[in-house]
Amino acid sequence: MTVRDILELLDGEILLGEENLDTEVHTACGSDMMSDVLAFVKDQSVLLTGLCNPQVIRTAEMMDIVCIVFVRGKKPEAGAISLAEGRDLAILTTNYSLFEACGRLYEKGLTGGAKIE
Amino acid sequence: MNDRIVLTYHVSPEDFTRAGEASSDVKNKLKQMGVSPSAVRKVAIAMYEGEINMVIHANGGDITVEITPEKIVMILKDVGPGIADVEKAMQEGYSTAPDHVRSLGFGAGMGLPNMKNYTDDIQIDTKLGVGTTVTMTINL
Ligand SMILES: Nc1ncnc2c1ncn2[C@@H]1O[C@H](COP(=O)(O)OP(=O)(O)OP(=O)(O)O)[C@@H](O)[C@H]1O
Ligand SMILES: [Mg+2]
Repeated sequence: MTVRDILELLDGEILLGEENLDTEVHTACGSDMMSDVLAFVKDQSVLLTGLCNPQVIRTAEMMDIVCIVFVRGKKPEAGAISLAEGRDLAILTTNYSLFEACGRLYEKGLTGGAKIE
Repeated sequence: MNDRIVLTYHVSPEDFTRAGEASSDVKNKLKQMGVSPSAVRKVAIAMYEGEINMVIHANGGDITVEITPEKIVMILKDVGPGIADVEKAMQEGYSTAPDHVRSLGFGAGMGLPNMKNYTDDIQIDTKLGVGTTVTMTINL
């Protein structure tokens, strides 16, 4: 799946990083707690979140996350978005809820990447 | 690369939105130095958790990062309240963070466990009413 596929599946809007639309996404993580996200290091991940502050973008930066999706139509302020400029990161917003957005991606085969023993 | 590089940062407690600037700068510098992406990511995550802790629990502090060909050592020093029970604080899910911190996306009680998981060594030197120094090492 690519960032472009996510954008389409979530009827989203791209806020930053059009040049990263063809980046491959391998795993996904949905959370409003950044330390939970930071416990979850996977390659080429998308982060879906209802939290909307600059630390979401910082967290994504530390983990090399390739795409952030803000749910329920949220948009971070310009100052927060500017933190992501020039990075290999796409920022999207969707009107779906966190649950709904995660479900739509999961249905198309995107998983959390964790193996449950 | 030089044999030994030392970077220092002051972490301000004033502005939560700026927390993470030091970690971001270290990450960029390590990348430029050609440190392996997996080591860079470990340093970035561990330092970021520590930097956030300084801001939300300890009124800011100072960070020193020492880079040699063998290892990266991060020293995070604050003069905050100290940690009463380090063993408890290291447990997943233990947090004393107030609700307003939780609404910012922190306070899951995962920071110190993450710092332990992403580093080769972590030492916490803390005294109530005096402060906390966290020293983390990542071998290269
Ligand atoms: N530098 C510090 N000074 C004082 N207390 C600290 C410091 N760092 C951590 N603590 C204490 O240890 C607890 C656990 O820290 P930890 O980073 O694991 O979780 P948290 O910061 O509460 O939540 P999270 O890291 O998931 O956002 C904190 O809630 C706090 O009580
Ligand atoms: Mg923490």
